[in-house]
Amino acid sequence: MKLQINTSNVVVALVAAGLVVLPLYSQLTGNIFILTLFTRIIIFALAAASLNLIMGYGGMMSFGHAAYLGIGGYAVGILAFEGIGSGFIQWPVALVASALYALVIGALSLRTRGVYFIMITLAFAQMAYYIASGMSRYGGDDGLTIYKRSNFGGLIDLSNRVQFYYLCLGCLFGGIYLIWRIINSRFGLVVQGIRSNEQRMQAIGYHANRYRLVCFVISGTICGLAGALLANNTDFISPAGMYWTRSGELMVMVVFGGMGSLFGPVIGTIFFLLLEELLSQFTEYWALIMGPLLLLIVLFARGGIMGLLGRFNRG
Amino acid sequence: MVLVEQSLNGLQFGLLLFLLAAGLTLVFGIMDFVNLAHGSLYMMGAYFAATFTAWTGSFILGVLLALGATLLLGIVLEFVALRHLYGRDHLDQVLATFGLILFFNDAVRLIWGPAGLALPLPAWLTVPVQIIPGVYYPAYRLSIIIVALAVAALLYVVVMRTRIGMLIRAGASNREMIGALGINIKLLFTLVFGLGAALAGLAGLMQAPILTVQIGMGENILILAFVIIVIGGIGSIRGAFLAAIFVGMIDTLGRAFLPDLLRTVLSSAAASTAAPALSSMLIYLLMAIVLVVRPEGLFPAAKR
Repeated sequence: MKLQINTSNVVVALVAAGLVVLPLYSQLTGNIFILTLFTRIIIFALAAASLNLIMGYGGMMSFGHAAYLGIGGYAVGILAFEGIGSGFIQWPVALVASALYALVIGALSLRTRGVYFIMITLAFAQMAYYIASGMSRYGGDDGLTIYKRSNFGGLIDLSNRVQFYYLCLGCLFGGIYLIWRIINSRFGLVVQGIRSNEQRMQAIGYHANRYRLVCFVISGTICGLAGALLANNTDFISPAGMYWTRSGELMVMVVFGGMGSLFGPVIGTIFFLLLEELLSQFTEYWALIMGPLLLLIVLFARGGIMGLLGRFNRG
Repeated sequence: MVLVEQSLNGLQFGLLLFLLAAGLTLVFGIMDFVNLAHGSLYMMGAYFAATFTAWTGSFILGVLLALGATLLLGIVLEFVALRHLYGRDHLDQVLATFGLILFFNDAVRLIWGPAGLALPLPAWLTVPVQIIPGVYYPAYRLSIIIVALAVAALLYVVVMRTRIGMLIRAGASNREMIGALGINIKLLFTLVFGLGAALAGLAGLMQAPILTVQIGMGENILILAFVIIVIGGIGSIRGAFLAAIFVGMIDTLGRAFLPDLLRTVLSSAAASTAAPALSSMLIYLLMAIVLVVRPEGLFPAAKR
């Protein structure tokens, strides 16, 4: 793949560079708030990027991605609660649990298409939400406070804001690199082929649902990692974090940025969360503006921000 | 005794779910439109009823006004925003109506405040009625069952036996064709959407006196309505009816009897931890089973 210099690539490069130097700015100005805000943004960007893998490239509209955030988070929280503080155990458990959940849910949901798929992933995520609410040992509805962040020996200190920020950023860049490798691999091309014409791919001899399922599981696993990061970031995990509106927000982030564009979800997440932050400083009823804005963006700005940037190149 | 009562509760819950699912499946079947904001209309129905009842001082009058208001709201909503989304991707529709949910929740918080409202019942609806010797059942719940059954029957007659119903069914099987035949399809769509909104509002306001009227009350039940549509088969009203009763029964009976059932196999402590989680999972397990056996739902509408 040849790198081209055009508006969208320049914007992407600037945003990426900005994210890398952000802690420096925060140190110089003593603005800690911006660092914590962007740590959160980066974690959600990773989740949105994982959703983009199946939505943008796989054509699977999952309305249940918040479940993985919850599963990854609860894996960290529950293990910490039971006295296992090592990140070397917590994080693999978070990833494996998310992957297993994705495998079961995916195998069932992929029997359907289109709207059915949206509804079913939504319903299963809601089931996960109810299960989390029912775990009375781990706080039930009230959630679980995580008193100690994951312990990675002397390797990295998650309680250090800057180190944790760079860990999250590393995970985000790593995740996007992984997704980039996937979509340009033979496997990824097959998945994209299935999105555009399932029958034809089936006819050439590809088992469409197996490819879809593997893609679905990879996406869920990456999102589970975001969940583990998020739990460490908030030092708290509760069912509210996996409520279905969270899944909706993740979809919005992907679509804001531009579905099916590699870096789009990152831009979309930054845009969405900054807007939310801005509006909520301005009014308590921020959703009163966000809701109709979302409607307008869907109606008039298809392709999201990356789509708009792409238009500059052609026009 | 308890079994009869809980079965009636299940039936009543199922019928409410049906009212919600019927509007959803009607709108989806005819306009190919997924409306997440259907749950918001359910919520609005309840808020309208609580407000109008307080204003007029009459439960019946308040309920009738609320029904009209929800119908009107549905029509306005369709006219202003939703009709521009027909023919778009389902994803676009989901996102746009998700935006509407955010809007409605905050609008309600702004107008009515974050605390819930109560919709008090008139005295004549609070007395228990003896349904079979020795078994009493609250008059209000009984009246929900009667009203919902009547509405379901009316819906059946309208859809199967009238000209409008014929057009609705024709629209569901081929939209372009009935447009080409000179039917004002835009008007039909608006009408169907208003009908669906009124059904959702009816479900919301009938549920309101049992639970409290609160923000987000339409969301959990909307997801149940999705489950019902998936089980029943999209676009099928008959499927929605049977699946709704089924889901209502399983959910209610599961919550009522599962803890005791589990206690016979497990230790009491383990049962009381497992039972709530398991009973809230029951319907999703049911959905998973239906998906494995019949991915297109139990009673799919005619293939398009």
